[in-house]
Amino acid sequence: MARIVAAMSGGVDSSVAAALLAREAAAGGDEVVGVWMRTHPDAGEGWEPRKSCCSSEAGDDARRVAQLIGIPFFVLNVEAEFGAEVIDAFADAYLEGTTPNPCQACNQKIKFDLLARRAVGAYAADGVATGHYARIAHRDGAWRLLRAHDAAKDQTYFLWNLDQRQLAATRFPLGEMTKPEVRALAAELALPTATTPESQEICFVPAGDYRALLDERRTYAGEPGPIVDASGQQVGTHTGYAHYTVGQRRGLGLATGEAAYVREIRPATNEIVIGTREELATTGFVADARHFIAGEAPAERFEAKVRIRHRSTDVACEVTLVGTDRLVMETREPVWGPAPGQSAVLYRGDECLGGGRIVRS
Amino acid sequence: MTVAIYLDHAATSPLRAEVLEAMLPYLTEHFGNASSLHASGRRARQGLDESRESVAAVLGAKPREVIFTSGATENTNLAIAGLAWAGSARGRHVVTTTIEHRAVLGACGNLERHGFEVTQVPVDRYGQVDPAAVAEAIGPHTTLVAIGYANNEVGTIQPIAEIGALCRERGIRTYVDATQAAAALPLAVDDLQVDVLGLSAHKIEGPKGVGALFIRQGTNLIPQQAGGSQERQRRAGTENVAGAVGLAMALELARGDAAAMAAESDRQRGLRDGLIGRLAELPDGELTGHPTARLPNSVSWVFAGVEGGDLVAALDLEGVEASTGSACTSGSAEPSHVLLAMGVPPERVRGSLRLTLGRTTTADETARAADLVATCVARVRAAAATRPTESATAPAGA
Repeated sequence: MARIVAAMSGGVDSSVAAALLAREAAAGGDEVVGVWMRTHPDAGEGWEPRKSCCSSEAGDDARRVAQLIGIPFFVLNVEAEFGAEVIDAFADAYLEGTTPNPCQACNQKIKFDLLARRAVGAYAADGVATGHYARIAHRDGAWRLLRAHDAAKDQTYFLWNLDQRQLAATRFPLGEMTKPEVRALAAELALPTATTPESQEICFVPAGDYRALLDERRTYAGEPGPIVDASGQQVGTHTGYAHYTVGQRRGLGLATGEAAYVREIRPATNEIVIGTREELATTGFVADARHFIAGEAPAERFEAKVRIRHRSTDVACEVTLVGTDRLVMETREPVWGPAPGQSAVLYRGDECLGGGRIVRS
Repeated sequence: MTVAIYLDHAATSPLRAEVLEAMLPYLTEHFGNASSLHASGRRARQGLDESRESVAAVLGAKPREVIFTSGATENTNLAIAGLAWAGSARGRHVVTTTIEHRAVLGACGNLERHGFEVTQVPVDRYGQVDPAAVAEAIGPHTTLVAIGYANNEVGTIQPIAEIGALCRERGIRTYVDATQAAAALPLAVDDLQVDVLGLSAHKIEGPKGVGALFIRQGTNLIPQQAGGSQERQRRAGTENVAGAVGLAMALELARGDAAAMAAESDRQRGLRDGLIGRLAELPDGELTGHPTARLPNSVSWVFAGVEGGDLVAALDLEGVEASTGSACTSGSAEPSHVLLAMGVPPERVRGSLRLTLGRTTTADETARAADLVATCVARVRAAAATRPTESATAPAGA
């Protein structure tokens, strides 16, 4: 009999995913082992831990769920790896003037790499299951990553880096369910996580303010510098280039008549360039670190749809492979503010083909 | 799944049937409060008094020198704080070692926050303390030496009688946590020459949540818990009579017959050495702790290239219940301070495994466990070696 490791965050989605697998196991399916990963340390002795996704309180919830659904449960300490591959990478992205992608990094480096390997080693498991909203199918000789049935919850945007080996050993039990169905099932099973609120913030930045983290991890306190417009004219002062992201509108402290957005971040000169909404629109951008889930690109040049941030709409485009790892995207209609560092994820119909990381044009 | 092979007796042990039987009346009909004046109270008090006599007899102590507590952690906090504060007019220096249980480290830390000085005497590579080093650490203001009889992680036994004697010569109080030693080592407090000695029931097939503390007559010890006058005003709170009865019965069963105790220790020592021999055949690993001056039931190891928590999980899924020996099973990131203090290379410290035997452990179980340890170590190592991406900056899937 095969064995599968269910990654449990302590949220409702991964709880229900594990519960569905446990139900299958009881009916003779794969054996299930629950794992909660400790990604960052607790608050000091005697203090109430902060509640966030993957806090130790969430770990308690995950353990209770494992007890209720009757599966073994282990805690895996990944603080060192998560700190380096996700938190430090997050800080470094800002210092490079780009926008980090921590959920994608966590999937790629932690859940589907570190956990997958340790699960195979320690638990003699054959694969990993998570509570992601996505589907996997074997079509035309390859494993395919497909959008979730619940379009509002689809998380393929964070999973474009998976490869054939990983997909073959991955289960997404929620791929065909909607969020309300998941909540209803959690309530029906009386799981303590049934009413756990949706996590909206980055798990290791509970208050949403990452400035303190930049200082803590990379001793970046921020040095004030000029905010300039398209013509190079200074229109304001910022607190440090790494405190801003492309597309940001709020918090610029500008008194210009027109709405202004961060258009470009220049770490070398500590400058923030702003622009109007129209100025941030473009029909062409480039990505590197290209990856195709099926192992190779459909063609040297092909039609697809591209998504440049989670929850934005997909835009039809022509994709051209350039050099060893680049993709050039030419969109049929303008896309707004492609942010260096963010993923450009390619789709065809319900299939996520892969993608790349947006670079400065 | 078959019944698991339980090799974690240093964590806790199964409750022995005779112990449960002795306790049951005190959980049912003899429910009285031992401090009550009426018949129900007197009945409970009788159970408590008999238990105290029984424990005292095992220790070679007087019944009035034994109090009941909630277990080893309370013993340690009560003894260290209680003795240190009682002696604080004479001096504020406490001597302990680098490999003590976290309760000792914590209790000493509390004292440091109140201006006490704490000296941690180092240990050798086997985790053993040199009595001469203890003597050297003692200064004019030292009032207390606190040391574990046998280490919970690596099973090394300390020369307690020698340390007891040298402390007594100098008029310094001693606290010895004998929790791990209770099933197999000499406990006669006069031979050991100690002033305060702690025991816990659940390590010797007794119930959890109860301990006993020997406090030599004439030893001042400031109570650490405010309340009533129970336990000769050393430990306030309604007495856990059923627990005390269970502890006394467990101790009596383990140690009442000296010949039987020696035979059982020899049996476990044989199984232990067989297991050590098997593990020594595995590559890139080594025994931790003393090769001979170690608890008869304790096997502790470090494996290179292995995360101890992963190994324990792997063994669990194969039906062997073991431990890393330290707190890292709970997901803590801290490496074992005991192994570090013994000079185990930091890259090996994380790969710790502790197998601790008990009265019910069989030769067949230790043989099967040895096979499964070999399998799981190989599996965990193989997976760790397949690490594809080391660098955070390498472009993903390029």
